[in-house]
Amino acid sequence: MIVVPRPAYSLREKVYFWEIAKGLLVTFGHLVRNLWGAASRSRTIQTWEYPEEPRPYPQRVRLLHRLVKRPDGTPKCVACYMCATACPAVAIEIIAEPSPDDAIEKRPISFVIDELRCVMCGFCVEACPKDAIRMDSEVGDLMGTRREDFLFTLDRLLEMKPRAGAYLGDRELEAKRKAGLI
Amino acid sequence: MNLDALWPLIQFLVPFLFMFGFVVALMLPTMIFMERKVSAYIQDRRGPNRANILGIRLFGMIHNVADVIKLLVKEDLEPKAADKTFFRFAPFLVMTIAIMTMAVIPFGEPIAIWGKALHLQIAPLNAGILYIFAISSLSVYGIILAGWSSGNKFSFLGAVRASSQMISYEVALGLSVIGILIAYGTTDLAEMVRAQGANPLTWGVVLSPIGFLLFLTAMFAETNRMPFDLPEGESELVAGFHLEYSSFKFALFFMSEYVNMVVGAAVISTLFFGGWQVPFLSTAMIKQNSALIFSGMMISGGVVLLLISVSLIDAIRRPFFAWGDRRDHEPKVFLPLTLLGGVGLLWLGLGVIPSLDIAKYPWFPVVVVLLLQITAFCAKTFFFSFFFIWVRWTLPRFRYDQVMQLGWKYMLPLGVANIFLTFAFARLWLGWLR
Repeated sequence: MIVVPRPAYSLREKVYFWEIAKGLLVTFGHLVRNLWGAASRSRTIQTWEYPEEPRPYPQRVRLLHRLVKRPDGTPKCVACYMCATACPAVAIEIIAEPSPDDAIEKRPISFVIDELRCVMCGFCVEACPKDAIRMDSEVGDLMGTRREDFLFTLDRLLEMKPRAGAYLGDRELEAKRKAGLI
Repeated sequence: MNLDALWPLIQFLVPFLFMFGFVVALMLPTMIFMERKVSAYIQDRRGPNRANILGIRLFGMIHNVADVIKLLVKEDLEPKAADKTFFRFAPFLVMTIAIMTMAVIPFGEPIAIWGKALHLQIAPLNAGILYIFAISSLSVYGIILAGWSSGNKFSFLGAVRASSQMISYEVALGLSVIGILIAYGTTDLAEMVRAQGANPLTWGVVLSPIGFLLFLTAMFAETNRMPFDLPEGESELVAGFHLEYSSFKFALFFMSEYVNMVVGAAVISTLFFGGWQVPFLSTAMIKQNSALIFSGMMISGGVVLLLISVSLIDAIRRPFFAWGDRRDHEPKVFLPLTLLGGVGLLWLGLGVIPSLDIAKYPWFPVVVVLLLQITAFCAKTFFFSFFFIWVRWTLPRFRYDQVMQLGWKYMLPLGVANIFLTFAFARLWLGWLR
């Protein structure tokens, strides 16, 4: 067993007075700096005025899900259940049907994500073999008064728009490859 | 009109209205405002800036209005286990005692008016400091009554802590002033302020610096403020003795804490910082140079207001933040007021007063003395009120055994030693000065 001895207080620390005075000077410094910042309108305070002043999201942020469409407008999803299987919160519920397109086996007729259950882990995005589900929509804060407001259906998920500046994945990579950058 | 019959009433009413207005109507909202804004700035936060009336926020002062409305309309809960009589009585007792203490604090030199001396002190009592100790020790009753009658274990624990802490520190509080009681040879606060004189070198803090520190520390413990706010210890006691109180009864506890602080600050400035004495300016000197001093006051006030106006113009020109509502136009409302006030005060100080024949107005020097001394008293009280808040947002809470250790093992012996130290030092120091 290792016993770490408590550091002994020096006399100056035991008297309290000097250390308290030092602490008071530190806090007074902050007070004066922030008062001056308020008077000179410079940003000394690090908090954000949240609803009026939204914080920019970091580059790799995970926001609410969206489903990606093919160029012809149909969902990229092939109803393989990979995302639903990977989901630790059991938030995804998919019902599949045969696809009319011969090259594609299945398609979802119902794809519901319960955003109240979702833990925003991003496993569904990792699991998707078709890059059909992404977590780069514009919506980061969701409000609702009923549980149904948080059930995202197929139509709703397809309507979600990508966030401005979101990393769009293979399409961009493809463009770069064509331009000979990679 | 028979002035003699009315005189006791006037003698009571004039200081009472001033003191009550100053402590309850002026300092109390200011303290609550400062508690929020100073704490925010100390912690690099922005503090209250949302509550507004038609866009007027007064730097967050309007949050007090929101507070009052909230506390007035909230449901007034009384727990089943509570002893209803004492539960209702306790907040009033606490508030009454908090307000009573300010009765003996002098805030100005007695003024001669209609051939009589008007004491600027609600109760010109010759046992002033003893009265303060007597009343402030009563506040334990209110707290223990509140804690016990709530019928809640946490409240009761908080009350027990509060009472043991306050009783312990009362000893140090009493001992720490004995030194200057001996040095000035009086318990009358008005007399004590007069004895301290206008020279800061003869103030209590110079004669008895250890006494001052002990008194200040004990005052923090008495008012249950931060390094010693164990009776409220949120982490272990939820909220302490006022845990079961809601609505306006809670507001009374809340306000009495701040009233206690303001009165404590007033007592500190009275005992150790010369009360209403203006540094380096004795009453006779102010009377002689009343016009000059009044002009100086007006000019400095005007300059301050003009500086605020400059800052407001700057705020209009490049706003810090666009809210997108009426709050954006707030500086435009204040600008004419500060500009007008600043120019008016400068005009008063530079134009009107120097051209005035002061000899024609015998009351003029009296008014200047009154104004200056009341300003000095208020400024000192304000500083120590601010100090209470400043310390709260600097220091962490003591552990309970440390509080008791500090009180009994260090402050008590130091207080006893301080009596002799102060006595010896004050004799030598005052003798050397003369």
